[in-house]
Amino acid sequence: MQLHVVNKSPFEKSTFESCLLHVKKGSSILFIEDGIFAALNKGKFSEKVKNALENYKIYALEPDVNARGMKNKVMDGIKLIDYSGFVDLAAEHDAVQSWL
Amino acid sequence: MSEEASGVVKKFLYINRKAPYGTVYALESLEVVLIAAAFDQDVSLAFFDDGVYQIAKGMDTKAIGQKNFSPTYKALGDYDINKIYVSKESLDARGLSKDDLMDLKYEDEDDDWAEKDSIHIVNSEELADLMDSQDVILSF
Repeated sequence: MQLHVVNKSPFEKSTFESCLLHVKKGSSILFIEDGIFAALNKGKFSEKVKNALENYKIYALEPDVNARGMKNKVMDGIKLIDYSGFVDLAAEHDAVQSWL
Repeated sequence: MSEEASGVVKKFLYINRKAPYGTVYALESLEVVLIAAAFDQDVSLAFFDDGVYQIAKGMDTKAIGQKNFSPTYKALGDYDINKIYVSKESLDARGLSKDDLMDLKYEDEDDDWAEKDSIHIVNSEELADLMDSQDVILSF
């Protein structure tokens, strides 16, 4: 099982959507940097993310969420993690795919 | 510069279309805007696409080790930069409204220093007209 890391805004790059097309059930998706804009409870991508939560564990890096003023806007079901949580996820999965 | 040339006031528009912190565009734009403020030109700022995130309220950058430059936008009014246009379509697509943005104000010297909103929410047609009416456009 792999950890898929998305670091670009879904509004600017297609990496999140490409990730969704290629992620296996049971794998994990982690939003970092501008990728956290996909993790919000409202907006163009919220429906896709809500559906994705049924098949994948989804995480967002809290320092990046807070930096962008999005602290209270993250969708329920997405787990906020810190940097050491990021390390744990990387270690727990077989490999990391970064959707650059 | 001749006296004639130094008196020319041009319309400058700064277009901001990228989210803050993930790339350096937002900070670079803000720095150029502050420099330009010294030259007494007719300055407007436009925020659309992911640029609307630049003026979101409640940023806390402590944990990412970058400077939170968002309070600087609140100083723009003191530099006579008070025409800030934000795309309605871009806010809508991101589930944001004016309430999610910082309260950017200025004091109008022509109206007994009344405090007024710098932010104007506009649609894409109005943004197109805004771009069309400029002498200089700087894009970030």
